[in-house]
Amino acid sequence: MAQTEIKNFNLNFGPQHPAAHGVLRMVLEMDGEIIERTDPHIGLLHRGTEKLIENKSYLQTVPYFDRLDYVAPQNQEHAFCLATEKLLGLEIPKRAKYLRVLFCEIGRILNHLLNITAFDMDVGAMTPMLWGFEERERLMEFCERVSGARLHMAYFRPGGVAYDMPKGLAEDIKEWADNFVKFINDLESLLTENRIFKQRTVDIGIITAEECYDWGFSGPNLRASGIAWDLRKSQPYDAYEEFDFDIPIGKHGDCYDRYLVRVLEMRESVKIIHQAIDKMPNGSFKTESNKFSPPSRTDMKQSMEALIHHFKLFTEGIRVPEGETYTVVEAPKGEFGVYLVSDGSNKPYRCKIRAPGFAHLQAMDHLSKGHMLADIVANIGSIDIVFGEIDR
Amino acid sequence: MNAALKNLDEYLSSRLENKLLAREEGHGELSITIHRDNIIEVVKFLRDDINCQFKQVMDICGVDHPEKEERFSIIYNLLSLSHNIRIRIKTYTNEEIPVPSITGIFSSANWWEREIWDLYGIYFTNHPDLRRILTDYGFEGHPLRKDFPLTGYVELRYDDEQKRVVYEPVKLTQEFRSFDFLSPWEGLPEALPGDEKAAPMDEDNITDKDV
Repeated sequence: MAQTEIKNFNLNFGPQHPAAHGVLRMVLEMDGEIIERTDPHIGLLHRGTEKLIENKSYLQTVPYFDRLDYVAPQNQEHAFCLATEKLLGLEIPKRAKYLRVLFCEIGRILNHLLNITAFDMDVGAMTPMLWGFEERERLMEFCERVSGARLHMAYFRPGGVAYDMPKGLAEDIKEWADNFVKFINDLESLLTENRIFKQRTVDIGIITAEECYDWGFSGPNLRASGIAWDLRKSQPYDAYEEFDFDIPIGKHGDCYDRYLVRVLEMRESVKIIHQAIDKMPNGSFKTESNKFSPPSRTDMKQSMEALIHHFKLFTEGIRVPEGETYTVVEAPKGEFGVYLVSDGSNKPYRCKIRAPGFAHLQAMDHLSKGHMLADIVANIGSIDIVFGEIDR
Repeated sequence: MNAALKNLDEYLSSRLENKLLAREEGHGELSITIHRDNIIEVVKFLRDDINCQFKQVMDICGVDHPEKEERFSIIYNLLSLSHNIRIRIKTYTNEEIPVPSITGIFSSANWWEREIWDLYGIYFTNHPDLRRILTDYGFEGHPLRKDFPLTGYVELRYDDEQKRVVYEPVKLTQEFRSFDFLSPWEGLPEALPGDEKAAPMDEDNITDKDV
């Protein structure tokens, strides 16, 4: 019999593949249907954010953070604001902290809703996507009511938040949160015990705790491997130490556990939202010092001092004392860090953005080795990547 | 600085004394400076020592200070989950001197080192796969260096005749304007340039002319 030579072949996955979650291009080395090696090519959405930030004032920098992980913009702004405030040594009022917590949790639900439903669609479930987007729309309406923008809010500012909540918003959010628990139950009834869904996700892309450390995992992906590590608990920032919530963890570190952790995290977020509204303190929503936050419109018309402050803030901006900090927040995707270096001027000298997705995507080769081609779709969906933050 | 960080600081000073070039703290964060040749040894020590256990490297990045002789600093941000502390390691290099890669210790260092190579042009020795990562295939230059212009050198356009995307030198219809809003009145040095030329004024003999 003639000898047949079997050769591995390379397969280009993306960047125009619907399951590539944006512009991911992966070069796969296949042995038949089995994946031998994965080489993600990133950078197709690289916009040079870090370079641009070096040329912008601190206030102008905030909107760039919205455009990183555009699924949950406010959480990114939060990291930058905290870093700036740390360098300034600025303490913000309690109400501002609570408003930030409230909208961070809304951001977390926004993110998990999109991720869970898009992940489900990748493995074959259509309905959750349609349902999830309806809820996302409601949440974005809240964002719009408080900041004027559905998506790119630019709501968190160094020194507090941009605006106070309008009348009636708190009640509407509470009413929505009550109904949302029922939505999660409905969502789970479609997926959690679904035979097809489980066949596609259980025991796929397993990563152990030690491997998670090695690959720099954080957030839900780390917790799905059984490590109870949440920066909101372990290194609390803003008002998170005053809230009562649990950290859901998984056991196996597979795609299914990553899904479960996210569902449970949404339930915890709903708890935090309720507490934030119930305990919302009165007072100012931004720091009183006009050196950092603009004076009110009325003051500007009457007081020379306020006018000067306004002019200075929006031309020169805030001068941040020399120093450096690595400040992190628990973004929905994991540890989102900002390494901020200031040289004492009104522009950041260096602003490195540590995107959780960058580390997670890097482990793609490790996660997918030996799996079938169809499983790579489940893996991409379950580690939750958004290209805005990976490519920066 | 909290107690855990203080303990770590003292512990590191005793264990790494000949390797520590500098250590500083600020905003509740500890950072140590070491020589680039010691990086593998120190990172390994920090990962494996029972009192450190920095099992995760969360971030590696570069910073460019063109005025310095060793212009690039490389910053490693490590996290210890069991002790709940962070540490920052700094090391310095320039365009020519390579830095040992820590990919052998932390797999996650791979892409971050590629990113630094891409954006700053710092070479890492023993890196398994040092390619560009964020910029385009065939890109030239290292964009995060301070001497790289914000507008870049080339721009992209679809050429209808060649039926493909082509690179062209950047053409700006208006000169790039960089506004300097820094107020000159704050942070002034005591003496302004030219002050030394003025004769010291005799306070008792101020005449009308002086005023």
